[in-house]
Amino acid sequence: MTPTPHPPRLVIHGRGIVPGRVHGQALVSPATISGWGGIDAATGTITERRHPLSGVCFTGKILVFPGAKGSSGWAGHFQATRLHHTAPLAMVITNLTTKAALGALLTRVPTLTEPTHDPLAHITTGDWLTLDADTGTLTIHPRHTGS
Amino acid sequence: MVALTDEDKAMRDGRDGDAVAAAMDLLIRYADALGAEEFCDTRNVAGTNTQPSPAKARLVREGGWARAFSVLSLDSDTTVDVPRMKVPTCQLQHGFGDDALGIMPYPEENIRLQADAESFYSAKGVNILATCTPYQAGNVPAYGEHIAWMESSAVVYANSVLGARTNCEGGASTGSASLTGRIPCWGNHHTENRYGTHHIEATVPIDSFHEWGMLGYFTGDAVQEARPVITGSLHPAGLADLKHFGAAAATSGGVEMYHIPGRTPDAPTLQAAFGTTPPPPPLRYGPEERRAVHEQLNSLGTSTDVDFVLLGCPHASLDQIGRIAHLLEDRTLSPHTELWIMTPLALRTVADRNGWTATIERAGGRLLTDSCPAMSRTAPAGTRVFATDSAKQAHYLPAILGIEAWYGTTEECVDAALTGRWTGHLTPPADTP
Repeated sequence: MTPTPHPPRLVIHGRGIVPGRVHGQALVSPATISGWGGIDAATGTITERRHPLSGVCFTGKILVFPGAKGSSGWAGHFQATRLHHTAPLAMVITNLTTKAALGALLTRVPTLTEPTHDPLAHITTGDWLTLDADTGTLTIHPRHTGS
Repeated sequence: MVALTDEDKAMRDGRDGDAVAAAMDLLIRYADALGAEEFCDTRNVAGTNTQPSPAKARLVREGGWARAFSVLSLDSDTTVDVPRMKVPTCQLQHGFGDDALGIMPYPEENIRLQADAESFYSAKGVNILATCTPYQAGNVPAYGEHIAWMESSAVVYANSVLGARTNCEGGASTGSASLTGRIPCWGNHHTENRYGTHHIEATVPIDSFHEWGMLGYFTGDAVQEARPVITGSLHPAGLADLKHFGAAAATSGGVEMYHIPGRTPDAPTLQAAFGTTPPPPPLRYGPEERRAVHEQLNSLGTSTDVDFVLLGCPHASLDQIGRIAHLLEDRTLSPHTELWIMTPLALRTVADRNGWTATIERAGGRLLTDSCPAMSRTAPAGTRVFATDSAKQAHYLPAILGIEAWYGTTEECVDAALTGRWTGHLTPPADTP
């Protein structure tokens, strides 16, 4: 939670749906994510073969993604990442559906939705972010600063 | 914040015990996350409690089924006693049962865990339908009824074909709904969110189970999570056709609701399907689009030596089983190929009575219940190449089991089971009537 000495590159506002404040690195998924048949909860990895992040681990990252797709087992699979200690650190969800809303609640990580700017257009994997779901702000830090 | 009735507050505050309080607490958090303004009453819940998983097995070892239900279905860290379900609740498809023993590499401990779960939950009032198609096995919601279902293929069927109202729920929201009879009134529960958004026009005849599946796969890919309205050269569709169409559209996209003007109950006309908005220009599904879908569903097949044929996804209807049995009369499967047909136990009982099960088994095939290869992550030992007449199974199973897939007609699949060879190909579209 080290505050950065540099001014933020951008602050995005939104609606926090699971409370909490975290500071961490972004993992940006350009495509929607499947729960059942799409992730391996035991390893916190995206497993769908056709997915652009196939094989990538989301554990401990701020997962920035457009939304949930596929089976109604979505929430249960993300809940399992909490139980297996492989959950993302937080979530930023562009398009909120029942699957994603329930999944974020059960993963119990700070989650922001209804962003004022398209996060996929402004955030790149590896960017440092501060997500405060209590106030509904997502701060994108300048790229040259570390954590 | 979601508006609460006095009854909701009483449930939240513990009047009906700790489990109901935890259920109401989760539903309130869920409604607020969605931005729902109120709850609706429901007396029809389709969820899942009995499906085995590693996390569930561990929780049951730690503190029995009460522990598993508390954590997984109520999101509660405190273990609470599970009361009787407040409203009618059914179990959807789950893992394989006893009929899998000795014929597939499916863990016996999963079968035991699930049998134990069935005893526990049926005593709590859960109806163990054990199918992805509850509407084939005694749970047919009424038109306009607010229900709380999970299983994407069942949700799209209930909304579109039956005119019931449900979102695509999850294990915890259905678990909580079954103890409270409440579900957030959001999304598909509201009339204004049920009108069509896209118009798809088929210019090739949609005249068989196979054609409906391909049109569904095209439609889901084209509209993603939106609400398509389908017109064009559509022959009358039966239960199995629409079951296949919806499952395919919910697989390639996230379709939860569609309309077929003049056929599905919320759309007497094309205009009615779109409400007060003029119908948009149609997206065309013609010969090229049809061929592209065929190629996509067959893109993971290289070897024509088929080890395994899977029919009945979503679970086969009686018509489908009867037709397959007829194709297998006095025939014998290739010694190198297994044929599994999935159906609800309730329909298997009828198939037994009709002599169809005996016909299928004499040929060397199996009529199995409760689950499917994708759900249970299993196939006959050594399977490398499988064939199916289900667009959904052709989409998922290669990723889940790392095998090759062929997608074709039911007849082509039965032929592959008899010969051990895939000879399926796309026939030119039938002449428009």
